[in-house]
Amino acid sequence: MRCSFHESGDEVKDGNASRPGSTLAGSTPEGPVTGAQSLVMALEAIGVDTVFGLPGGAILPAYDPLLDSTQVRHILVRHEQGAGHAAEGYASASGRVGVCMVTSGPGATNLVTPLADAYMDSVPIVAITGQVSSRFIGTDAFQEADIRGITMPITKHNYLITDPDVIPRAIAEAFHIASTGRPGPVLVDISKDALQAETTFVWPPKLDLPGYHPVARPRGKQIREAARLILEAHRPVLYVGGGVIRAGASDELRELVELTQIPVVTTLMARGAMQDSHPLNLGMPGMHGTVAAVTALQKSDLLITLGARFDDRVTGQLSTFAPDAKVIHADIDPAEISKNRLADVPIVGDCKDVISDLIIVVRSEQDAGHRGDFGQWRAQVARWEATFPLGYTADEGGPLAPQYVIERLGAISGPESVFVAGVGQHQMWASQFIQYERPNSWITSGGLGTMGFAVPAAMGAKVGQPQRTVWAIDGDGCFQMTNQELATCVINKIPIKVAIINNSSLGMVRQWQTLFYNERYSSTDLHTSHQQVRVPDFVKLAEAYGCVGMRCDSAADVDTTIKAAMEVNDVPVVVDFVVHRDAMVWPMVPAGVSNDLIQTARGLTPAWDRED
Amino acid sequence: MSKHTLSVLVENKPGVLTRIAGLFSRRGFNIDSLAVGPTENPNVSRMTVVVDVAELPLEQVTKQLNKLIEVLKVVELVEIASVQREILLVKVSADRQTRSHIIETAHLFRAKIVDVAAEAVTIEATGNSDKLEALLRILEPFGIKELVQSGMVAVGRGSRSITDRSLRSA
Repeated sequence: MRCSFHESGDEVKDGNASRPGSTLAGSTPEGPVTGAQSLVMALEAIGVDTVFGLPGGAILPAYDPLLDSTQVRHILVRHEQGAGHAAEGYASASGRVGVCMVTSGPGATNLVTPLADAYMDSVPIVAITGQVSSRFIGTDAFQEADIRGITMPITKHNYLITDPDVIPRAIAEAFHIASTGRPGPVLVDISKDALQAETTFVWPPKLDLPGYHPVARPRGKQIREAARLILEAHRPVLYVGGGVIRAGASDELRELVELTQIPVVTTLMARGAMQDSHPLNLGMPGMHGTVAAVTALQKSDLLITLGARFDDRVTGQLSTFAPDAKVIHADIDPAEISKNRLADVPIVGDCKDVISDLIIVVRSEQDAGHRGDFGQWRAQVARWEATFPLGYTADEGGPLAPQYVIERLGAISGPESVFVAGVGQHQMWASQFIQYERPNSWITSGGLGTMGFAVPAAMGAKVGQPQRTVWAIDGDGCFQMTNQELATCVINKIPIKVAIINNSSLGMVRQWQTLFYNERYSSTDLHTSHQQVRVPDFVKLAEAYGCVGMRCDSAADVDTTIKAAMEVNDVPVVVDFVVHRDAMVWPMVPAGVSNDLIQTARGLTPAWDRED
Repeated sequence: MSKHTLSVLVENKPGVLTRIAGLFSRRGFNIDSLAVGPTENPNVSRMTVVVDVAELPLEQVTKQLNKLIEVLKVVELVEIASVQREILLVKVSADRQTRSHIIETAHLFRAKIVDVAAEAVTIEATGNSDKLEALLRILEPFGIKELVQSGMVAVGRGSRSITDRSLRSA
């Protein structure tokens, strides 16, 4: 009854492997069930093991059969936003579709941020929302919100279901759409009367998606043209984005790099797609990218763009980005190609297919004696790396350097861990100073830049990958937006570790005020550690939730504190790292200017016009 | 910038119009006109959208439209290879002296008089935008009391239909 379904020619490739055995008492596929039972049975049939959610009036009917399911574990969050980010963290860490379920009105609107976040970062999640009964829709009923209308621009697709018979099909389609093609969030809004009404559960349902054709094989002609450009180039760079992570194409990428010996940059969303320890990985490009990565793109004559989208944080001023480069642009979403930068060779396809095909063609060209010669280019790039390594200055005995904390965290916890960051300075440092060696070891809010992402997303990641150490690296500002999910972690035994990089301020905003607003610190002081004022005291707060709380404010104690936190595996740990509030993220390209103007420190721009 | 006529085949489901209109507005594209109606297939509706964009943004519009799950096909109808029509109803001030003149003008444009009152006549005209604009220019001096226009509808010339596989999607 419940296994993969192949309908309408669309093969269902949702990551959630089917699992045996519905355990719903008293309901059989043949007999009558309620819409709510049908919903839970559909979730079971599709292989869902975890739902993050919070009940309320309109979704109440669904929570009753959920109680009887032994397959689906429901994790009760403290705020619906937490459920959404947890579903994202679960999906990003495990590669399976994340699921969240909330009630109508405010429950649903609290999901707006995670949905927008998942849409921007192409995270496969399915959100199920209760809706008021169909006869009340449109009457401004209690807890009514047109969540379908509200989320149209921030979901890959969404549904409003008022007919109980449609529930299994809508759920199957939602998982199919979320997980295939360019992944993304799908919302299924179900009216309360549809959940209560009698129906029959039919599985597998027939998908009805005549307008959805998610995967196209890359065209051979384009692949050959790309290979030709690659072998003719003098200064090629592999510009790798999050698409490579979502496609699970890291092995293929590594093979292509080995084959061609072309330098690689990995965007914020692609950290871990290529081992940081690999000598050809130049690290992150963009506003806070490494000098080598930013400069390699600027000086390149060929960008081999794989699952990246020329985001403004990467390109800086678009008109001066990589001015001499031809562009190969491969993406599963045709709309990304030539959206911001015109592609010379557009390739529509899944990055795994594209890279595999490229490897075959490049290898046969090489066998025929056509080898690119990038030795000089590699040497030049290596010189940039050697001359402008990532770094920071720490005052001996002075305030704790946040970069040092993060660097040690990465080193001690190691590459098998999962690191989940919020948004701001700590996020950039976590991207810069941790060595990522495998895909899905780095999870962050990239496109939307959602403060408060880390704690709930780490919770979801830990549920998706329970055997791994999961660190939320968070700022004191971010942490205060969603830290109530610590209660969820404690009660559901989800032992995440949280490192608060506490500079007592909204650090990134403060950095901009330092640099661009004459050090006028308007509304950026959070009073969470500066001058011993701690509102709140994060250690006490952690303890109040039943977590282990620790504090560290000197470099000498960093290693022992991290190791102590690593020892705690039964409850969540929160470490309050009190750090220097004037530390800044470098390098930096000021907003809106050319990436040529990258600064390695305040006012310091490398002079390029010498030999290089 | 130039005008482009897109024929968009969509599933006939609630909310599709909102999706399409919303996509245009949030991506910053201006809709000149939009007309929707059922087709030969009751499950399929057809929208004719006229947009004023340059070539590259037009490509982005069609790609974004194609991403919508309920969009089945997007085809650009070029003016010379398609029949494009709008319908216009205009109420023109008319008295004894001007009425026959107005009626004559309408007939010159193969337009119909659909209502006559003591001080006005209502004219129904169909055609492409150029023709309808010309008609309005001539009627203007008489005094236009009220004007309503449908969006543009368009169909490709020749024997092939938009649902043919051979017809290249935009």
